[in-house]
Amino acid sequence: MVTLEHYLVLAAILFAISVFGIFMNRKNLIVLLMAIELMLLAVNMNFIAFSQFLGDSAGQIFVFFILTVAAAESAIGLAILVVLFRNLRSINVEDLDHLKG
Amino acid sequence: MLQNYFPILMFLVVGVLVGVVPMLLGWGVGKVLGTVNPDPAKLSPYECGFEAFEDARMQFDVRYYLVAILFILFDLEVAFLVPWAVVLDEIGMFGFLSMMIFLAVLVVGFVYEWMKGALEWE
Amino acid sequence: MTWTSLNAGIALPEIFLLCATCALLLIDLFVSDARRGVTHALALVTLAITGVLLWCGYSPAPELAFSAMFVADPIATLAKGGMVLGVALVLIYGRSYAADRGIYKGELYSLTLFSLSGMMVMASAVNLLTLYVGLELLSLSLYALVALQRDSVNATESAMKYFVLGALASGMLLYGMSMIYGATGSLNVYEIGHRLLVGEGNRLLAVFGLVFIVTGIAFKLGAVPFHMWVPDVYHGAPTVITQLIGSAPKLAAFAFIIRLLAQALEGFAPDWRGMLIVLAVLSLAIGNLSAIAQSNIKRMFAYSTISHMGFLLLGILVANPVGYSASFFYAFTYVLTAAAGFGLVMLLARNGFEADQLDDYKGLARKHPWFGFMMLMVMFSMAGIPVFVGFFAKLAVLKAVVNLGMVWLAVFAVMMSLIGAFYYLRVVKLMYFDEPVNDITLSGGLGAKIVLSLNCLALLVMGLFPNYLLSMLNDAVVFSLPL
Repeated sequence: MVTLEHYLVLAAILFAISVFGIFMNRKNLIVLLMAIELMLLAVNMNFIAFSQFLGDSAGQIFVFFILTVAAAESAIGLAILVVLFRNLRSINVEDLDHLKG
Repeated sequence: MLQNYFPILMFLVVGVLVGVVPMLLGWGVGKVLGTVNPDPAKLSPYECGFEAFEDARMQFDVRYYLVAILFILFDLEVAFLVPWAVVLDEIGMFGFLSMMIFLAVLVVGFVYEWMKGALEWE
Repeated sequence: MTWTSLNAGIALPEIFLLCATCALLLIDLFVSDARRGVTHALALVTLAITGVLLWCGYSPAPELAFSAMFVADPIATLAKGGMVLGVALVLIYGRSYAADRGIYKGELYSLTLFSLSGMMVMASAVNLLTLYVGLELLSLSLYALVALQRDSVNATESAMKYFVLGALASGMLLYGMSMIYGATGSLNVYEIGHRLLVGEGNRLLAVFGLVFIVTGIAFKLGAVPFHMWVPDVYHGAPTVITQLIGSAPKLAAFAFIIRLLAQALEGFAPDWRGMLIVLAVLSLAIGNLSAIAQSNIKRMFAYSTISHMGFLLLGILVANPVGYSASFFYAFTYVLTAAAGFGLVMLLARNGFEADQLDDYKGLARKHPWFGFMMLMVMFSMAGIPVFVGFFAKLAVLKAVVNLGMVWLAVFAVMMSLIGAFYYLRVVKLMYFDEPVNDITLSGGLGAKIVLSLNCLALLVMGLFPNYLLSMLNDAVVFSLPL
């Protein structure tokens, strides 16, 4: 029997992987974008699970909105990535070091 | 008494986890455990050999990214359209006009990208 | 569901702003670069009409719309008034700066107005869904605005950093929201607040949610230890965008915190108070101490923002209407102060010269006594020197904290402000007692200069008569929060 806890643990693991991916990734900005996407999917998993077990459809509607906003977010992320690449000729995270105080 | 402070303790843990640990990990663990032995295949972003960005003289074109971005933006309203279409009988004129308002906003974005020339390949 | 049950009329300012922005987006396609003034004028007219609609729609009692997803209460209406003013100042001060840097385009206006709609939705949202959508509309517009100067390495790099950390913050916030939803079974702020107060719902899940929500808010505010993006973004973004990021969204963030912490999670006030104490103490300390070491005035403003956000959190952690209204006053006056500060930086900047080094301000008061004096007023107000409005903002917050019995916290905040006064006064010293190193010329039109002067003088006038605004904001908080 798959219970609510199983879903929550799965979502928590996905969330942890994505946070880890954002902070530990030193190489490629595209991987960063994927980690951000994964983070939102982990949240979606949470919402769907709660929505199912509470018998309340509001959570699923929230998921639709998160999906759309996530698409807009990755579109902006990709656009910034393209202009950044034109300036730096690199998408290496470690090359983002021009701003120092 | 002490358990009143549990949320704050948890907050501190999250704060340290997010703010401090990654820095220490990134700085320390890599130095201690990592064997730095790079080769071109390991350093490439995708194992299939596809380069994310290449020299502009290669056949891969940054314009694909523009198309991809536009596609992401304009394909997802289907997620709203399909459930709407399924229950259109029950939500009546109100539901119909609500979706038309949504689509009108979308059309504004479409007209904008068209006029800006984002749909021209050349 | 019918049209009348939507009660959409109370969202008229937002609806008008959205329609006008869409129209502006399309009109600008037919405006040549040489006639961009048309877009500028239309944007200002849009803001003026939005302001008038807000004024006409003011009602002291909260009114709900869109199935209780949207509320027009005095907190929201006043905060929106401040945002409209803040955004108008950005457009007025930034015009010639943007023209010099090739970002004087239609997108500057449409994205700025979209970010304003996001802020306004944030201020009025009483549902986790609308709160999230408003926040994202604001954030996504800001990411794009930071990257608007496409050929600048600094701007695009800071846009990337802002984007990644902003998305991380949204993710944290959403994860917290999902936990709150799971704990209470509702997305409505009032409903969540009620269920948690009477002890329904799963407390452990709600505590988890609270932790992630506070983390997300701290990221968005730039409170220490989640502040790493603030200096880079302030430094790298074109100054006109820095002004936008540094002013009006702080009011939106205030309203956002009120909705989430004071209304939805009211029952957990003792818990989030502890977290906010940690954030406020660290922000005050690190913000002020790091600002001393900066030689770039935009980075200095960034660290000073961090410390000001510490003060904002001090008022909120009091968790009663006195504290909230003190914070509201702080946010409101900070919007005006920050706008004036960045406006002055842009006044000195010209084509190819950013005026972002502290050395660029040497001798300013000798060559341009009037604007030197204006900068002096901004610095005094930020430092919290009496007679200027910044002093009364800090005083109101500290009073609320002392009333709660946390004297040590107030003493600490005062000590940190004294340290902070050092770097503000250093700028004054550079302007008045040092020889100019660069030749200083002022850019910007006469209109912008007049508005900028009025803005700086307002800091003094509001400092002379602080009680009018303070009591207005206090009434707003009392009317808006059900007691």
